[in-house]
Amino acid sequence: MQELTGLFLDSLRLLAGFDGNLVEIVALSLHVSLSAVVISGAIGLPLGALLAISRFPGHGAVIVLVNALMGLPPVVVGLLVYLMVSNAGPLGVLQLLYTPTAMIIAQAVLVTPIVTALARQTLEDLNAEYGEQLTAFGVGRAGRVATLVWDGRYSLLTALLAGFGRAIAEVGAVIIVGGNIDHVTRVMTTAIALETSRGNLALALALGFVLMIIAVAVNGLVMALRLTEPRSAHA
Amino acid sequence: MRESRSVLPVTATGLHIERDGRRLVDVPEFVVSGRALTVILGPNGAGKSLLLRTLCGLVQPDRGRVLWGGGAPSRALALRVGLVFQKPMLLRRSAFANVVYALRLAGVPWRERKGKAMAALDRAGLAALAHVPARLLSGGEQQRLQVVRAMSVAPDILFLDEPTASADPASTGAVEDLVRRAAAAGTKIVLVTHDLGQARRMADEVVFMNRGRVVERAPAAGFFRQPHSAAARAYLAGEIVL
Repeated sequence: MQELTGLFLDSLRLLAGFDGNLVEIVALSLHVSLSAVVISGAIGLPLGALLAISRFPGHGAVIVLVNALMGLPPVVVGLLVYLMVSNAGPLGVLQLLYTPTAMIIAQAVLVTPIVTALARQTLEDLNAEYGEQLTAFGVGRAGRVATLVWDGRYSLLTALLAGFGRAIAEVGAVIIVGGNIDHVTRVMTTAIALETSRGNLALALALGFVLMIIAVAVNGLVMALRLTEPRSAHA
Repeated sequence: MRESRSVLPVTATGLHIERDGRRLVDVPEFVVSGRALTVILGPNGAGKSLLLRTLCGLVQPDRGRVLWGGGAPSRALALRVGLVFQKPMLLRRSAFANVVYALRLAGVPWRERKGKAMAALDRAGLAALAHVPARLLSGGEQQRLQVVRAMSVAPDILFLDEPTASADPASTGAVEDLVRRAAAAGTKIVLVTHDLGQARRMADEVVFMNRGRVVERAPAAGFFRQPHSAAARAYLAGEIVL
């Protein structure tokens, strides 16, 4: 018990002292996951909007596929991206393996289906609500998407935050394509795994705290957005 | 964005709509023109709303066609056909922003939009509610806002689908007042209702529908005094019309 208390205090000391190593790891984690979310947003939001307002043969199958991809196991994504960027893979010449870029790609692959599926759901509901009045106004496809995205912006932000939560917390994909190299590709989750196995429990616990604070903050942000939505989204 | 030719007359020929073998609309010939306030009257399920939605271009008939001003309905003409839904359809924005949205679609320069939107809301007594989210307005206010929004772009014709079906008497009066003013300003009005009192108050001309067909079309005074069809007589007498 005493040991645990000491460990706890050590980890708090690391946090309070803004330990250089710890700050570097947290910064890289945020950089990788935020970049992945930005890329996923750029792909997933328009894709979701397209799926929401268009009907084509195989439409239902595509939606089932996207929904299924939401549950992609991170290690499988890691493995697939590893195969793509390793020297023998089609993107081998780019020398991306064990770089933050590879980690961003892997997390983007993981998050894009989540953003796409959530955006599709949100915008489809909104389109059901807006459909007839926009048709009556003679609004075309582009105008329709713009109106839906604007009026659904709070819910879409929630989709992005859900994606970020997934990215920042996963370990399987980044450890395979990043390799957990100190000062290069070490992020919070991979560091926690490593430091725990090495017995450096204080640092692992400190990182765990940061990760949890971020997770709670993201959830709080999602809740706050949901709460403000009735007021501001309608205004 | 907006064509200059009028959508009047709105004509329908050989309209036929059926679902699961049941005839919903069967209207060989229907012309909407002039300035008389037309009320489409009839029991629930008579096909009134469906006919109206077909004339607006929201529903494609199984057979037959609708023409606006002699040409096919098109997106470019859509704003000349105003539509007020039974269940208010408003954007999740303020009352003001809802009107501004329509003005923007109509190609009103952004500098003028604000003033025009406020003026339109003011005329309908909604100025004080301009910045309230439209969805938080009362049912009656939402219906008035729908009328204001539709009229803000000066359509040639305004279709209203049971606009006061669930409104209290005061709201009903306010909506009817707005519609009368629109009619006085020269907009052709087609109002669907099954509220006999409303039909008596509003109509210049009555189109009586029953079981998907236009049974009778007559000037209001004559229709209410002496309807020709048995169905209309039964309806006016408050009987169940089958």
